[in-house]
Amino acid sequence: MTFEEIKREALARWEHIEQDGIPVIRVGTATSDRASGALEVVEEFEKELARLNVETKIIQTGSIGFCNYEPMVIISKPDYPRICYNNVTPDMVPRLVEGFLLEDDPCMEFALGTLEGGDGTPPHIPELPRSEHELRLLLRNCGFIDPENIHHYIALGGYNALARSLEMSPDEIVEEVKKSGLRGRGGAGFPTGQKLESCLKARGRPKYVVCNADEGDPGAFMDRVILESDPQAVLEGMIIVAYALNSHKGYIYTRMEYPLAVERLKTAIENAKGLGLLGDNILGSGFSLEIEVFQGAGAFICGESSALMYSIEGKRGFPRVRPPQSIESGLWQKPTQLNNVKTFASIPVVIDQGSEYFSSIGTDTSKGTAVFALAGKVENVGLVEVPMGTTLNTVITEIGGGVKGGKHFKGVQTGGPSGGCLPEQFLDTPIDFDSLKEAGAMMGSGGMIVMDEENCMVDAARFFLDFTVKESCGKCSMCRLGTKQMLSILEDIVRGDGQPEDIEQLVGLGEDIKIGSLCGLGKSAPNPVMTTIRYFREEYEAHILEKRCPALVCRELIAYYIDPEKCYRGCEHCVVVCPSEAITQHPKRFKVVDQTKCIKCGNCLEVCPPEYNAVVKLSPISKVPGQVEK
Amino acid sequence: MAVPSKDEEKQITESIREILSRYDKDKGRLIPILQEVQQAFGYLPRIAIQEVASHLRMTDVRVFGVASFYNHFRFIPLGKHPIQMCMGTACHMVGGGLVLEALERTLDIKVGGITEDREFSLDRVACIGCCGLAPVMVIGEKIYPKMSPTKVDEAFVNLKMEAEED
Repeated sequence: MTFEEIKREALARWEHIEQDGIPVIRVGTATSDRASGALEVVEEFEKELARLNVETKIIQTGSIGFCNYEPMVIISKPDYPRICYNNVTPDMVPRLVEGFLLEDDPCMEFALGTLEGGDGTPPHIPELPRSEHELRLLLRNCGFIDPENIHHYIALGGYNALARSLEMSPDEIVEEVKKSGLRGRGGAGFPTGQKLESCLKARGRPKYVVCNADEGDPGAFMDRVILESDPQAVLEGMIIVAYALNSHKGYIYTRMEYPLAVERLKTAIENAKGLGLLGDNILGSGFSLEIEVFQGAGAFICGESSALMYSIEGKRGFPRVRPPQSIESGLWQKPTQLNNVKTFASIPVVIDQGSEYFSSIGTDTSKGTAVFALAGKVENVGLVEVPMGTTLNTVITEIGGGVKGGKHFKGVQTGGPSGGCLPEQFLDTPIDFDSLKEAGAMMGSGGMIVMDEENCMVDAARFFLDFTVKESCGKCSMCRLGTKQMLSILEDIVRGDGQPEDIEQLVGLGEDIKIGSLCGLGKSAPNPVMTTIRYFREEYEAHILEKRCPALVCRELIAYYIDPEKCYRGCEHCVVVCPSEAITQHPKRFKVVDQTKCIKCGNCLEVCPPEYNAVVKLSPISKVPGQVEK
Repeated sequence: MAVPSKDEEKQITESIREILSRYDKDKGRLIPILQEVQQAFGYLPRIAIQEVASHLRMTDVRVFGVASFYNHFRFIPLGKHPIQMCMGTACHMVGGGLVLEALERTLDIKVGGITEDREFSLDRVACIGCCGLAPVMVIGEKIYPKMSPTKVDEAFVNLKMEAEED
């Protein structure tokens, strides 16, 4: 079939979905949706619709990325705008079916808003304040199409870019990518066009195309959502790049912790092959490409490009020294173009909508959009896509809805274990590769964790370093031993055994580790510690000099205390849940925590009824009335 | 490493050889092969390392070296209900560590261990990307969102009830 024929068929099928008078119910069923109960919602819809004999189509889509609203349902009924419903439970389903599908009551009490766009233009919910600031370019199909149905992707403009590319020369494709200003979305921000040009010029044969889908940063899930919700976008980008390089073998190195993403990618590959968009003789052009999904085996370091390639070769994932660069000598020592999921998903946009359009978005040096996984202590947890140059404040406040529960903003962590923590004074920093770097943080691949007054920055630094120590491959002594030593010092500090000279020692070690490590993991491992010392030094000093944890987090420095004035004498909630039987009743009937038995599990604080709020955390421990200092 | 009986060993060897028959003697396929073996048994028995090494014309120690590098590969079996606690940033920030401790207490095992009756094993897992539902626990294929130490008992009670229904 020619591409025209394929497209015509896809459009016909797509139009049939929403224009034949029969309502359509879209339910997001990606991983986080399923964890929220989306599949049970689908089941309930199927049951109710069968019971009431209502003709409807149910489409299981990927995720829009509004995690705090999941499970999300979008109902399209003729003569009505598309209505989005949030936090749908099976109990709500009969009401939605009877009210909206059978009759004409759109059940606005359950509605989040209406969905506009989505038919090839970025979708948004205009009733939500965030729609003013977002530009869903890479996420354009997520939550709207069935990721296992390639016709949806094609109907909304998918594979236009590939068809166009097959008429272009490799140099023209490279030129277009260069002109767009696209920079790698894996974290380093290297200009993609430049990388492609170098790989094109490289003399080795065969050449390989590799997609880094080993999204290992804890707290990052942008790539997961794209892979589960719009896998064809990534495939199309890879095919275009492979065509430009005359490469016939591609790999998508995917984390095994993402089983649904692996499944959807494999289905997407089969679907694309079925239509001649992948495999032998793509669209009759004579160009052939095989793409294989390679599953990772749980090593964070395999997100580093050279380690990833060794892993594909069946070896331990030890990064290597550069030069030679991977575009000259990568997989099996052949020229290899490796890019992140979001970078490949950007390629069809650049080719189809043009480099001029793409470069019109963003700042002078950072073009296009940035996709973030916003999580932590923020109201609207989920995926955010904004033009580069949008400020941190806009993302956290206007889109994220601000700090959860009305608490106070303390800091925002970007870039995962390689990144930094920025305090309040940096909220007006525009998000782009260079401004964040200047502030001491980095864009990273897109994780953004918001912290409030109840997060301890010393503990946060310890957490990231603990992660890095476990994931270090061990090749470089400074990384292997240095990070361990830094962790040991941090553990002393959070335990109350910190010494005044520890801070300077951490800074010194950090600088040495940066110099003595060959790969990004080692070089950036000290970052969380360095930025927290730089911007939150007073917290370190409180831990070391006063044995006090200002955020009341560090276990050895806090005590749980029941306020006798607030304790409701007739209640036993805390006694029941205490795993070490540390809570007893005072003769005057209020409850008392035996500090020698308390294991600081936090259960009592959790269960104390909010009308009493009698349990508090105190730091330092000497603050507990009657407590003798150790 | 766990030591199977002679009969079990024979069975394991046969299954592994069946798996290997579908792969070329290409060292590059080592990781997918190990993944399939682990998928079949829930862990990598010692005999598997030997068979795979033999098939790929590598030494046992080389194969073991690669397998032990990656967190996913295990050398002791999984429990019937494998429990994984997400240790991502978001989960940590909202008290994931306390849930892990509650699990250790309830099951009376440490992370990386397995209960005596082999019903439950407990491991950490790197971020599974459900940060909106932190803290996240996974038992088998089921995700348990918004966990807290007090919800641990509830989760086990539900598991027991489901097991009795089956």
